[in-house]
Amino acid sequence: MRGRRLGDRLLHAYTWLVIVWLSSPIAVMILFGFNDKKSKSNTTWQGFTLKWYDRLFDISDLTVALQNSLVIALVSTVITVVIGTMLGLAVGRYRFRGQGVTNFLVFAAISTPELVMGASLLSLFVSGNVPRDATTIIISHVLFSLSFVVVTVRARVIVLDPAMEEAARDLGATGWGTFRQVTLPSIMPGVLAGAMLSFALSIDDYVVTSFVNGGTVTFPLWIVGSVKTGIPPQVNVMGTLIFGVGVLIAIATSVAARRRA
Amino acid sequence: MKRLTPYLLALPSWMWLAIFLVVPMAAMASVSLQTGNAIDGFAMTFSVSNYTDAISRYSTQFLRSLLYGGLATVAMLIIGYPVAYWIAFKGGTRKSVYLFLLLLPFFVSFVLRTISWGFLLADDGVLFGPLKSWGLLAPEFHVLATTFAVVGGLTYNFLPFMILPIYVALERVDPRVIEAAYDLYATRLSAFRRVVLPLSLPGVFAGVLMTFVPATADPVNAQILGGTANTMIGNIIQTEYLTNLNYPTASALSFTLMAVLLVGIFIYARALGTENVLEAVAQ
Repeated sequence: MRGRRLGDRLLHAYTWLVIVWLSSPIAVMILFGFNDKKSKSNTTWQGFTLKWYDRLFDISDLTVALQNSLVIALVSTVITVVIGTMLGLAVGRYRFRGQGVTNFLVFAAISTPELVMGASLLSLFVSGNVPRDATTIIISHVLFSLSFVVVTVRARVIVLDPAMEEAARDLGATGWGTFRQVTLPSIMPGVLAGAMLSFALSIDDYVVTSFVNGGTVTFPLWIVGSVKTGIPPQVNVMGTLIFGVGVLIAIATSVAARRRA
Repeated sequence: MKRLTPYLLALPSWMWLAIFLVVPMAAMASVSLQTGNAIDGFAMTFSVSNYTDAISRYSTQFLRSLLYGGLATVAMLIIGYPVAYWIAFKGGTRKSVYLFLLLLPFFVSFVLRTISWGFLLADDGVLFGPLKSWGLLAPEFHVLATTFAVVGGLTYNFLPFMILPIYVALERVDPRVIEAAYDLYATRLSAFRRVVLPLSLPGVFAGVLMTFVPATADPVNAQILGGTANTMIGNIIQTEYLTNLNYPTASALSFTLMAVLLVGIFIYARALGTENVLEAVAQ
């Protein structure tokens, strides 16, 4: 019995050790957004300051890159959620021809390595003489987010009770009315989860974007581009703010979900 | 009309997947057999030699990528399994809190996370700088630009993708099954080896798939944490496509990479048994 408890305690400590290891780069990122650095590089601690928060938008092309990332993430999320929810409904609710192929394509879109996806899209755009810009970035982001929305929506559609919709129709609701007032609210958690995933995947993506961006620079591309010359503290601050907002949204959603349950 | 509904619902996604997933693969296959250059254009010549040339020229980087991906996957399995085990069986009411903490890194951009590691491991950075000035480390000691740094970065970046599926599989194990093993006089070790481990294999399979493929094809870790001796195939494909504009070679390399990964998955699936594969995919 004693040995068992010791083993559990060791595993407990070990789990925390892994959590600390996983979080340490985040702590460093946040900390060095407050570094009062004098030299060009931001690699040694030189005192506490808030000035980088004040001068957050001083580097104009970095600001543009962040704006690009936010706009691209927003637009691609809207497109992905609309068409992904439709497909999620189709595969979760109906039996139809081509379902096997559809499932395969959804799986293929998730499992294709980003590098291959980016390379193949560039091959298409080069072969078709399509200029690369924000549009091609949005196209590719919708492609790699789509399956995640389909999967999260489908999971909700499967557990949906068809009797609810029948009841709505019996009470005289139109097809669209039933969808808007019964179906959509019940699959909403899946839709929202898919939307958050799409947004996160889009704003984070470097590999696929690096193939299809043309002259348009996004936040991750700007960061990688400035590794050689040194990452300015503004990047740390932006990363910290994105991290904070993301964590707050995640906590708020899970609290809301628990309240409802 | 009613019968058409699923097709109308699926249509936009079908078009997106067809035009931007299937057609690009065909375009890449076509480009990989062409010859020419970026200025005069490329023409289809069905030159299979693009493949043989590309593979023989970059075989080192290919093998290195498979090695790094494999090493990182093994490291993730060894590091991640005990964590998944502890949370699944001993996490109690705080399971979701532990899972959330494991997912925290995903709220920071992938490239930024990797750069943060580069920063922590820098030759005269926050960790090694003081140790060197106190004489605890030799001045020429370094971690960046080594195999260890790149494999470590891959391990770090993809670890949650290994832990989560294993956790899901272990979570489903009925505790009564383990009790039954103890009632039948199994020791702790044999109960684990003969009951828990086999039941968690679908999760292990899914975890390995979800980590080995992206780790092998990742260009970011080698670019930021590695040196010239750690170039992976992802970096080569990026350079050939984006800097050298050598589209045929780059396409041939991408296709080969995908084929190698697919064949690897297939062999691996056969070795593990197809039932486990279906179960893992269904998850």
